[in-house]
Amino acid sequence: MYHKTIPYRIFSIINNVCLTILSVLCLLPLYHLLMVSLSSSAPANAGLVTFWPIDFTLEAYAKTFNNVNFLTSLWVSVQRTILGTALALIVNTVAAYALSKETRVFRARNVYLWYFVVTMLFSGGLIPGYILILKLGLMNSLMALILPGLVAVFNIILLLNFFRTVPKDLEEAAFIDGAGHFKTFVKIYLPVSLPVIATISLFLMVGHWNAYFDGIIYIRDADKLPLATFMQTIIVQADMSKLDPAAVANLSQRTIRASQIFISALPILLVYPFLQRFFVTGIVVGAVKE
Amino acid sequence: MEANMEVNSIQQASLESQPGKKRKKGFNQPWILHLMVLPAAIMVFIFSYIPMSGILMAFQDYKPALGFFDSEWVGLKHFRYMWENDYFLQITWNTLFFACSKIVLNLIIPFIFALLLNEVRRMGLKRTIQTLVYLPHFLSWVTLSGILIDILAQTGIVNQFLTSVFGIKPIFFLGDGNWFRFTIIASDVWKEFGFNTIIFLAALSGINPSLYEAAEVDGAGRWKQTIYLTIPALIPIAIVIATLALGNVLNANFDQIFNLYSPLIYQQGDIIDTFVYREGLLSGQFSFATAVNLFKSVISLVLIVVSYRLAYRFAGYRIF
Repeated sequence: MYHKTIPYRIFSIINNVCLTILSVLCLLPLYHLLMVSLSSSAPANAGLVTFWPIDFTLEAYAKTFNNVNFLTSLWVSVQRTILGTALALIVNTVAAYALSKETRVFRARNVYLWYFVVTMLFSGGLIPGYILILKLGLMNSLMALILPGLVAVFNIILLLNFFRTVPKDLEEAAFIDGAGHFKTFVKIYLPVSLPVIATISLFLMVGHWNAYFDGIIYIRDADKLPLATFMQTIIVQADMSKLDPAAVANLSQRTIRASQIFISALPILLVYPFLQRFFVTGIVVGAVKE
Repeated sequence: MEANMEVNSIQQASLESQPGKKRKKGFNQPWILHLMVLPAAIMVFIFSYIPMSGILMAFQDYKPALGFFDSEWVGLKHFRYMWENDYFLQITWNTLFFACSKIVLNLIIPFIFALLLNEVRRMGLKRTIQTLVYLPHFLSWVTLSGILIDILAQTGIVNQFLTSVFGIKPIFFLGDGNWFRFTIIASDVWKEFGFNTIIFLAALSGINPSLYEAAEVDGAGRWKQTIYLTIPALIPIAIVIATLALGNVLNANFDQIFNLYSPLIYQQGDIIDTFVYREGLLSGQFSFATAVNLFKSVISLVLIVVSYRLAYRFAGYRIF
């Protein structure tokens, strides 16, 4: 029994300690930011805050939540995430169900699959996409942020690979009971595919919540900007001021910026722990195949 | 339980009474399968296939006022300009440099990390470590840039730490070209190494435990088990990841660079995607930017097709 030998025990202790430190290192920057946001602005600007708030205050959060622009952006992002995730989940799972059938059952399957996969390999790129949105009159609307990315071929493949692992007997039983494809999908496939659906929901939610670039190019009005785009403009502006070492004057905003960054990351921090336990099953069954 | 049994008996009954007919009806409804694919197919047509035709713009001098049909055709002018442009060669080199460094490190580090994590025997600790290291993957580059800009500033916590411990002058992480490259690669590895271990952990859990028992009986210690058993078991999946990464050598992560770079370090930090954005949308050179994008897409397409073939040949990998 190797794990009872002394060298292995020593290794094991060192290993556990190192990996713990490494994993804490993944959280540390975010934690530091939280502490900055909870400190009063004088010590924060002086760079005195490290891992404990100095002169604890919620002032930065109060100011952030009094900022109308921040709140409208937050609302746009919430709408976008809920609507975008729900729509994508419906369209992609339904398509993946049909594509998970064998050619024997669904003759056109391979044609459709290649039709989708081609878009994974080749795209028109930034400019033609931009002109399309312009021509469709979607500019400056929520739909410009949701529709272009609605079909994610990678997710469809993940889903269909999972659906194919569902025992055939289940669906045959359903068919014999007189259920059609749609009923079988809703009553049999969806319930047994919870891990992969949870994983994909998380991917979709995170994707929508974090997306900023489409907001930059498609949204003109400040009250329609999603939060990530709003944050991006703040950060870039701050970046510009920091590049000039002489003009570090704008630093008085540091605690507020920290609070905004933290709030914008908060939904992910809240949803992630509940869904992450599905990852290994969800992703792996989709990715590693016999 | 009771309900289940009831369902079973109903199945049994219908099996006996109607052997072929009902079964066939269930299978022979392809129209509904077509209907199920239809929404996705329409969306893909509008938002992926229609823009593909816009690629023809690369061979025009596209003027928004004239539109697609009346703009002048100029053949390969934009491609020739691209190749004679020293700056374009520079950004292609930057793109390759960033992408290759990230691909190599994002393979090696998760590999080692997965091996070490596999040695953690306390399940609670293992799960906590996993939860923490996956997390940065889900934070956006906007959020992370905000954090990085803050902690890497000359008065930021990292420089304070370096100054007080090593007594060196503050480093201009995001404003100095060479340090910028280092920061980009290091922060990308920091963000993704945890998430990239998932696939290795899955491969590890798939190793038959009786192999370890056999090795133990033969007198192999943990080190020998790792060298002769664990690592060989991970090599195939590592090969798949490495070959599939080949298709990405022209993608150096737009989001990350776009949110961290600045005019000061364009020379060392600019990549093809950021260049297309600035030239195309900001400067309005639609045709030139499309030509650059087309160049990139074609090279990527070839690499992806080659890499999938290699992955299939050497590791039997198929995406569906």
